[in-house]
Amino acid sequence: MWESLKEFASTFFVTGDPLIYGSDVAIVLTLAAIVFVLTKYKKWGWLWREWLTTVDHKKIGIMYLISALLMLFRGGVDALLMRAQLAFPNLEFLDSNHYNEIFTTHGTIMILFMAMPLLFALFNWVVPLQIGARDVAFPFLNAVSFWLFFFGALLFNISFVIGGSPDAGWLSYPPLSEEPFSMGPGQNFWIWGIQISGIGSLMTGINFIVTILKMRAPGMTLMKMPMFTWSVLSSCIMIIIAFPVLTVTIALLYLDRFLGAHFFTLDGGGNPMMYINLIWMWGHPEVYIVVVPAFGIYSDVVATFSRKKLFGYASMVAAVMSIAIVSYFTWGHHFFTMGTGAGVIAFFAVATMLIAIPTGVKVFNWMFTMFRGRISFKLPMLWTIAFIPCFVIGGATGVMLSMAPADYQYHNSYFLIGHFHQTLIGGVVFGYLAGMYYWWPKLFGFKLNEKLGQWAFWFWNIGFYVCFMPQYALGFMGMTRRYYTYGWDYGWETLNLVSTIGAFLMGIGFLFQVWQILYSIKNMEKEKDTTGDPWDGRTLEWSIPSPAPFYNFAVIPKVKDVDDWWRIKQEKANGTYKEEPVVLEPIHMPKNSGIPFVMAVFWFIAGFGFVWEWSWMAIIGMIGVFACMWARSFVYNDEYYVSVDEVRRIEASYGRVY
Amino acid sequence: MQQAAKHLEHGHAHDHGHGHHDLEQLKVLGFWIFLVTDCIMFGTLFATYAVMMHSYAGGPTPKELIEMPGIIASTFILLTSSFTSGLAVLAMNKGKLKALIGWLVITALLGLSFVLLEISEFTHLVHEGATIATSGYWSAFYTLVGTHGLHVSIGFFWMLALIIQLPRQGITPVTNRKVTTLSLYWHFLDVVWIFLFTVVYLMGVM
Repeated sequence: MWESLKEFASTFFVTGDPLIYGSDVAIVLTLAAIVFVLTKYKKWGWLWREWLTTVDHKKIGIMYLISALLMLFRGGVDALLMRAQLAFPNLEFLDSNHYNEIFTTHGTIMILFMAMPLLFALFNWVVPLQIGARDVAFPFLNAVSFWLFFFGALLFNISFVIGGSPDAGWLSYPPLSEEPFSMGPGQNFWIWGIQISGIGSLMTGINFIVTILKMRAPGMTLMKMPMFTWSVLSSCIMIIIAFPVLTVTIALLYLDRFLGAHFFTLDGGGNPMMYINLIWMWGHPEVYIVVVPAFGIYSDVVATFSRKKLFGYASMVAAVMSIAIVSYFTWGHHFFTMGTGAGVIAFFAVATMLIAIPTGVKVFNWMFTMFRGRISFKLPMLWTIAFIPCFVIGGATGVMLSMAPADYQYHNSYFLIGHFHQTLIGGVVFGYLAGMYYWWPKLFGFKLNEKLGQWAFWFWNIGFYVCFMPQYALGFMGMTRRYYTYGWDYGWETLNLVSTIGAFLMGIGFLFQVWQILYSIKNMEKEKDTTGDPWDGRTLEWSIPSPAPFYNFAVIPKVKDVDDWWRIKQEKANGTYKEEPVVLEPIHMPKNSGIPFVMAVFWFIAGFGFVWEWSWMAIIGMIGVFACMWARSFVYNDEYYVSVDEVRRIEASYGRVY
Repeated sequence: MQQAAKHLEHGHAHDHGHGHHDLEQLKVLGFWIFLVTDCIMFGTLFATYAVMMHSYAGGPTPKELIEMPGIIASTFILLTSSFTSGLAVLAMNKGKLKALIGWLVITALLGLSFVLLEISEFTHLVHEGATIATSGYWSAFYTLVGTHGLHVSIGFFWMLALIIQLPRQGITPVTNRKVTTLSLYWHFLDVVWIFLFTVVYLMGVM
């Protein structure tokens, strides 16, 4: 009995690495601290009522933000571990297997568990406020999406202390990711972590399409929508078309591993190339899913901080929406070297180059918006200005990669690594950070400290170029991705060391941001936003008080212009504004529900069962999931009204009298 | 301009009178978009099946094993159930609660017999030596056909939930929307089956 228990524990827990033992201790201590604090201050009920059961899009957005920042930390530590290993030739800081695990989790976490939730945080914060709505179309579903993401991410992340991390790369190409080559549960953690959170992403896509199409304030025609909302629409269209492909692809991979099917195996008629095609049918739109909303953020930020209308609004809309379409026809450029024939390669090469056109249009639009504007260099604007040259270089190297004959030289080299980090950090991360700084006061009621933010900004930016510029050169010198070490005789040591220094500079930048957030929370009275419009904004979210009341708008606005709040301010300034009589009415709101949380817990149980191939546990979990859906179907009374007196009282507490 | 303003006013008044009605409309639109995603999911499975169509790896082929009479019977059962679910919606629109429930019960029973027939078909195939692990072809076959069967099974339980709720709730905007989305789902599965029947059974077997 004792022996079998011991044997089970030795396969169940990851053993033998001091780094892992250190993490074990840290996890146990953190959990104990959380439980202690919640118990001591009697906060369990508060946690359940205010957060775990909430359907308020703003609170869900905050939970997405916290999760994303934690994941940015973990993905960043992974990156620093890799860069430490590559700092000098022949280092033995990480062994090859550990290195494989770390590049796999770094990539997966940064795209799926950092970029996606940060994206959804901004969707949730901003879209209903920008379009003058009181919540998203399906608040309950929104909570389900969040909790599925959360428990999917949790499932993926526990793999490094329980069962072992996946190590077949962030897209887990077969045959490497198949059973004989990746034994054990690590690969299954990858599959089920992504599967569960991916279903949540899909539902977010549906939710926001309906929200944007159907819940806009009266008068806001499509061509009067703020640019960020347009970019979210584009992103969501890509989500609903790309994510089902991901769901199917990794389900098939799991069937191969679990039931011995032959989709992507080398024997039995399987075809590994099919996987690579399928995964990139999702994977390429995915990078546009994360970057297009960043373009929306830049558009809103650039107009606000240049105090000018966005230049070329209609062309911007056309650019953002055309990317949503062309993005489906570029997936083949990820494997030009696979040998699919000249015609196919030419098609994907041309489609890829086409993407550069709308992107170029946008860059000119942003620059013409700044031209002769009164630019104020606040944090959101700083990140936007830093983004432009960075993304132009990243885009140009992308066009270089799209030329198929040349790609045979660049393929899977550090040139590629330099390129996609430049677009994903310089495009996506810079954009989301700009968005976080920009909309932070609306959510929390105070600004983040400018000075610490500038330190973070410069560390990030200088660090970025120091880290990634050498990688282009390393690519030309023949260094391919996923090398875990190299010899002194390769001539790569100087550039690798420089790159590592850059990575640590970015790490310092992140620490400054953590400090900035903590400092600003502690001193929130100093930077308090009393007006609800701290940046002299242009769109509807700035017309309501900060932090936004839970019902968002006491009165649903009537929209006449793209920059409607700016119009109102202008009209008030020159005396042409006509005050309309305001009639407060009871506000219809959704009730909180515990079902999304419980359902996601059952998904987690099912996922854990699938990972270990314990059918009994998977069955219990799935029965729980369906029982939750069944229970939800019987709930008929899930809405309530906020009385006029209550609304009047809350608005008065912000100094707004109706 | 005047017209636009008039439209706005109308929209506003509409908002107050039928707040619930609008909310239910949103859910129907959301469900249509869900069906788009489901469509893409099946599309991916069909594409996989097309790639695997001749990957028998020396194992049995569908021509040797699949018995068409059972398939044709289940096809007619599913098509009939689509018709009866349409009748259920018609009864609902006329406000006939009992007829609505009756047609739903018939639809659910037809759906159940479709699933049972499929299970017996799969059992037969497994006994003949064609499992999901036999070859790429059978992997794709079981996954595509099985995913459709799983959808029908989920639809069956959904219908069961509505059959329980309807006598208590009656025909309200909420139950109306529920029956509408369920019948959309059911028709969608019917359409998928028509493609499946053509691609898998007609092209693969006959």
